[in-house]
Amino acid sequence: MTDIGRPPLDVGAQAPARDFGPLTTRMFARYAGASGDFNPMHYDDTLARSAGYPSVFSQGMHSAALLASYAVDWLGARNVRRFGVRFQEQVWPGDVLTCSGEVTAVERRADGWLVTTGLTATRSNGGVAVSASADFLLAT
Amino acid sequence: MDAPVGAHGTEYEVVVERGKIQEFAAAMQSEDPAYRGPDAIVPPTFLTSGALWAPDGARVNVGFDRRRLLHGQQEYVFHGPPPQAGQVLRAIERIEDRYEKPGKRGGLMRFAVVVTEYRAEDGTLVAEGRSTLIETAPRQEGAA
Repeated sequence: MTDIGRPPLDVGAQAPARDFGPLTTRMFARYAGASGDFNPMHYDDTLARSAGYPSVFSQGMHSAALLASYAVDWLGARNVRRFGVRFQEQVWPGDVLTCSGEVTAVERRADGWLVTTGLTATRSNGGVAVSASADFLLAT
Repeated sequence: MDAPVGAHGTEYEVVVERGKIQEFAAAMQSEDPAYRGPDAIVPPTFLTSGALWAPDGARVNVGFDRRRLLHGQQEYVFHGPPPQAGQVLRAIERIEDRYEKPGKRGGLMRFAVVVTEYRAEDGTLVAEGRSTLIETAPRQEGAA
């Protein structure tokens, strides 16, 4: 019998916050190329304004990718087993996204500890752009 | 007519390429070495770019009006460490759920959940994507 001891993290443990930005249209264009999402509302300002928007805005999946970047820096790129995001507020050029994360559950598994986290990317004005729930399997 | 729950697309290949992973990692402002080099693994939301490889007509069509279409939620599940460069995955989409809710200003909001299964060459299910798509309620007659 193997004693795998105490969990590596306790519920309520927090990751240090990280800021992304100020975000730029160039970042949205770079994400468009990387992801293949070429909706012009994210990089063509003239078109975005003619459609009634104040300017271009970020792809929701771009904000999700920044939050994912933050999450894997915390708990490991190879350990991720689930990453789910909910899109809430649009993100605009000049916004700074502040990412934060907290452990919400820890469950013992045969091959380690499944650590569930709640993650949030918050805009400069305090609005939540995207929130996420992610699982990481930490080996013992 | 809208495709029903259970309707699926046709299978397409997702070639996991190291250059594409590196480009995605740069766009997500990650300097993680796990996303560089010949053994690079995919970032958590990378499989979204797999749609690039989908031939016309391979993806399921939920039938929503594109002008009222929103992406509500997106989830990726990995049944083991994330896939790595050099793998050729086979992807297929299916409609897992459809439902409706009243819109805030009347009319109906429609929801569809589309699941994409990603399988390795030997058929093992390695990852799943789950997208919640929303069609906002149509503008009401006589509304301001």
